Amino acid sequence: MMLHQVEKIGESTLYYLQDLGRMGIFLFHSMAGIFKRPFRFSEFIKQIRVIGGNSFPVIFFTAAFTGLVLGLQGYYTLRKFGSESALGSAVALSLIRELGPVLTALMVTGRAGSAMCAEIGIMRISEQIDALECMAIDPYRYLISPKVLATIVSIPVLAQIFNLVGIYGGYVVGVYLLDVNPGAYFSSMELSVVNRDINLGIVKSFVFALIIVWVCTGRGYFVHKIRNAGYGAESVSRVTTQAVVLSSISVLVWDYLITAMML
Amino acid sequence: MNESIIQLIDVVKTFGDQRVLEGVSFDIPTGKTTVIAGASGQGKSVILKLILGLLSPDAGRIFVDGKDITRMRRKEFNGIRTNFGVLFQGAALLDSLTVFANVALPLEERTRLSHEEISAKVIEMLERVGLQGHESKFPAQLSGGMKKRVGLARALMLEPKIMLFDEPTTGLDPEKSMDIYRLFYQTQQQFGYTSVIVSHDIPKIFNLADQVIILNMGKVLIFKGAKDIQGSGAPSIQALVDKTMGNIYHSNELE
Repeated sequence: MMLHQVEKIGESTLYYLQDLGRMGIFLFHSMAGIFKRPFRFSEFIKQIRVIGGNSFPVIFFTAAFTGLVLGLQGYYTLRKFGSESALGSAVALSLIRELGPVLTALMVTGRAGSAMCAEIGIMRISEQIDALECMAIDPYRYLISPKVLATIVSIPVLAQIFNLVGIYGGYVVGVYLLDVNPGAYFSSMELSVVNRDINLGIVKSFVFALIIVWVCTGRGYFVHKIRNAGYGAESVSRVTTQAVVLSSISVLVWDYLITAMML
Repeated sequence: MNESIIQLIDVVKTFGDQRVLEGVSFDIPTGKTTVIAGASGQGKSVILKLILGLLSPDAGRIFVDGKDITRMRRKEFNGIRTNFGVLFQGAALLDSLTVFANVALPLEERTRLSHEEISAKVIEMLERVGLQGHESKFPAQLSGGMKKRVGLARALMLEPKIMLFDEPTTGLDPEKSMDIYRLFYQTQQQFGYTSVIVSHDIPKIFNLADQVIILNMGKVLIFKGAKDIQGSGAPSIQALVDKTMGNIYHSNELE
C-alpha cells in the first residue's frame, strides 16, 4: 500500500517534470520561430485582428464598467476622509498598475486564449500538425509564432485602451453623477501617476501576454500528451478548460510577483 | 540506386505497458508497392509514424535512403522528409485553407517558385486528381473521397520518392475506394514512387502489392505478394491470415 503511494508520487513527479520540460522547449521553439524566415506576416496581421481587434468590444465594456464601479466605490471611500478630489488619482492608479493589465489579460484568455487552444488542439488530433511536419514545414514557425507575436503586441495595446476607457468611466460617475470637480479629477491624476506606474502596467501586460499565449497554444499543441485528458473532441474540450484556468491563475500569481519586485 | 529505400532493423516500440513492436525488421524495396496489413492495434500506423519521424523507436534503427533517421537531428531529418509524401487516414487537410491553398502549401513553403508557377502546378495537379472547379472550397465542404484526392494531390506536389498511405480507403464506399486505388495506380505510373500502404482493405489492396507485410503480436511475416501467401500452405499462416483479415482466399477480386 505504502509502496503503491510512493510509486504514484514518483510517477506524478516524473510526469510534471516532463510536462514542464516539454512546455519549456515549446516556448523556446515558438519564440525562435518569430525570427525564422519566411515570417508569415499576413497570418500575424490576421491574428492581431482575431486576438486584438475582436477582443476590443469585450475590453471596452469591461473597462467602462470597471471604471464606473471604481468611480462609485472610490468616491464613497474617499468622502469619509474628505478627499473626494483625489478620485481621479485613485481610479487611474488602480487601473494603470493593476486592473488594466490583469482584467485585460483575463478577458483575452477567456475570449482568444481558449480559441487558440481549441484550434491548435483540433489541428493536433486531426493530424494537421503531423501533416505539416511531414511536409518539412516547421509547425512552430507556421502556426504558433504568429500567434505569439500577435498576442505580445495586442495585449499591451488593449491594456492601454482599457486604462483609458476605465479612467473616463470613473470620470463619468465622479463628475456627472457625484459632482466631483472635473479639473480636480484630472489634476489629481496628473500629480499622482508617474512613469514608474505606467512602466509597471506595461511590463505586466507583456508578461501576461506571454503566459497566455504560451499556456494556451502549448496545451493545445500537446493535447495528445496530457494525462487524463481523454481522447478526441473530449480531450480538446478538457484541455481548453485546463488552459484557461491555468493561464488565469498564472496571471494572478505573476501579477503579485511583478508587483512585489517592481514596487 | 539502393535496392531497399527503407530498412527497419530490430525496431521496438512500447506505449505504457503495451509492447506494440517487438524487434521488427524488414526492407521496403525501391520503386515497389509494399502493403502493411494486420488487425487493429498491431502497430501498422505506428510503423508509418516511425518512418516519418513522428515517433521515435525505443530500440532499433530505421534507414531511409541509406541514412539512419533514428540518430538524426530535426533539421537534417527535415531534408529527408522532402522525399516523403503522405496521405493520412483523414487526409489531414488544413481546415482553415481552401483546396487550392492546401495543395499549394508545400510549394509555397518549400520552393522559391513564383505565384504564377505555383498556381499553374496546382491547377494541373487538381485536374489530374479530378478536382478541377473545386479550388475555392474548404475541406469541410468536401466528401471523404474528395478530401483523400486533395490529400493525394498535396502529397504529390513535391514529387516525392516515397509515398506513404495510412488506410487510404477507410470510410469510403466500395466505388470510391476503387477510384482511390485507380488514382493511386495512375499516379504511381506517372511519378514512379515507392509506396507503402497500410490498409484493412485486403482483397483489393493485395492486387497492387509487390510485397505484403503482416503484423501480428508485434512480429512481422513477409510475403512477396498475395500468391506467395496462398502458396505458403502453412496452417499457422492461414490461420493467422483468416483470423486477422478474414478469408481472403475466397475473394473473387484476388483472382
